[in-house]
Amino acid sequence: MADLADLTIAEAGRGLRAGDFTAVDLLDAVTKRATMTEAQLHAYLTLDSGGARAAAEKADADLASGDDHGPLHGIPVALKDNMVTKGVETTASSQILAGWKPPYDGTAVARLKAAGAVITGKTNLDEFAMGSSTENSAFGPSRNPWDHTRVPGGSSGGSAATVSVGSAFGSFGSDTGGSIRQPAALCGVVGMKPTYGMVSRYGLIAFASSLDQIGPFSRTVEDSALLLDAVAGWDRMDSTSIDGDVPAFSGSLSKGVEGLRIGLVTELMGEGIDPQVKAAVTAMADKLAGAGAEVIEVGLPASEYALSAYYLIAPAEASANLARFDGVRYGHRTEHLEGTTEDMMAMSRAEGFGPEVIRRILLGTYALSAGYYDAFYGQAQRVRTLMRNDFASAYEQVDVLISPTSPTTAFPVGERAADPIAMYYSDVCTIPSNLAGDPAISVPVGLDDQRLPIGFQIMAPALGEEVMYQVAAEVERLAGFTDRAPLATSEVVHP
Amino acid sequence: MPVDIDIAKVANLARLALSEEELAAYGTQLEDILEHAERVQALPTDGVEPTSHPLPMVNGFRPDERTESLEPESFLSEAPDAEDGQFRVPRILE
Repeated sequence: MADLADLTIAEAGRGLRAGDFTAVDLLDAVTKRATMTEAQLHAYLTLDSGGARAAAEKADADLASGDDHGPLHGIPVALKDNMVTKGVETTASSQILAGWKPPYDGTAVARLKAAGAVITGKTNLDEFAMGSSTENSAFGPSRNPWDHTRVPGGSSGGSAATVSVGSAFGSFGSDTGGSIRQPAALCGVVGMKPTYGMVSRYGLIAFASSLDQIGPFSRTVEDSALLLDAVAGWDRMDSTSIDGDVPAFSGSLSKGVEGLRIGLVTELMGEGIDPQVKAAVTAMADKLAGAGAEVIEVGLPASEYALSAYYLIAPAEASANLARFDGVRYGHRTEHLEGTTEDMMAMSRAEGFGPEVIRRILLGTYALSAGYYDAFYGQAQRVRTLMRNDFASAYEQVDVLISPTSPTTAFPVGERAADPIAMYYSDVCTIPSNLAGDPAISVPVGLDDQRLPIGFQIMAPALGEEVMYQVAAEVERLAGFTDRAPLATSEVVHP
Repeated sequence: MPVDIDIAKVANLARLALSEEELAAYGTQLEDILEHAERVQALPTDGVEPTSHPLPMVNGFRPDERTESLEPESFLSEAPDAEDGQFRVPRILE
């Protein structure tokens, strides 16, 4: 039999119920895979071996006594380290939170536990999710499983890498400007950002509150829907969570695309997009047309301004959110205690935050300060309106929109680290959906000539997850992408 | 519009104790980033309402019910300094 770590969540669930193996076997398989790969990848910050073992044993005992918690029962799942986990160190990859053991579980975490998932540990990210390469981690960068001289993307690079190599069956990240979809594209896995408000943000360490959304990473579209099903829905602890019935997304996968109208976004197929990425997206658009969809070109003119607007809105909101890290209630407090509490706060913050976080706090503080607010933040919010209007017009013509997920495949470690603006451009295709609050997914469709994965993005209107998944499943079928990262298949075991 | 930032003032507003060298470096980077943002400022947006939130939501109310709260010890034990059930800080006034 194939290595258990290579099964999909759906396959693992069937095997568990058929008695072919146990939840402990599944955990052992991903733990072995982590042992094989972590020295090169550094995808995990914390492996919660004890907690995972106890959860797997409980999952086996529950199943044996007929207490089945559903599709994630006994499935090993990894969590981005900005998702608050009770008693398990949660740092958001920042020195300012090093050693913090939260006294509670975030809502998504609690729902995963209730669904029987086995939480393997916490994955690496760009500090406070600010970045597109997972290089901005205070605890060292993660690497790409397809080529460990390259970045896995970010900010949820660790979560993408674990699923890519099989050191978790699925994982969760957060997406503020593309932080789930872009690393999914660069690591050759499926990554999905739900409609804003679909998943509670309670217990997600806040970056930009009007944009942040939790979502899943998986190896298949079906698994993505199963993971989302477990965490979606209204939560009394998040007043921005959507109050209403949530359908089972895993039910909408096999309908095909016959008769659907699909729009290829003109502005996201322009100059800055790598020719090989562009060719792969065009080829898939043709295949969708061949499968019975009507594919047309659609314009989103405001997307030309989305990146600049995002880099005012997100830092502005971050500068307010990160004010809570002041060395009083949790996290780092400076040892240089001279002067007043206010001096202590300013020193603790300067010591605890890394350079990209400080850069964005300063940018956001400036953009919100008296005299500049309307010129920067106010104007960016008006661009956001234009972006939403563009999407609204587009969705009068088509059911979903398609584009590349990332303008390039995985780039070398260090290449964009010294150039913030080049790094920011990594998110040019993903940011529009965040500004609009709409769902979007990245599905791997092939490899470039350096055997690096190419991601294909499908965007849908707010609460359009079902049609988004419907198209994603067809893209997955048409692409027939079955390649696995070399690290996942390596025979080399590091003892 | 050339961007001219009083970076020391901004760092003080953000409660970040940065050195002169750090202030100079961040100041230059911010000016570069904000020049990039000028594209946005040049866009005509007369009569366009700002969007502060992606979905048309109104205040969400939950039922007013008593629920369990965290035990103070569970978070005070994670604080840098605590005493008698309270967070402890250095003096507040000069």
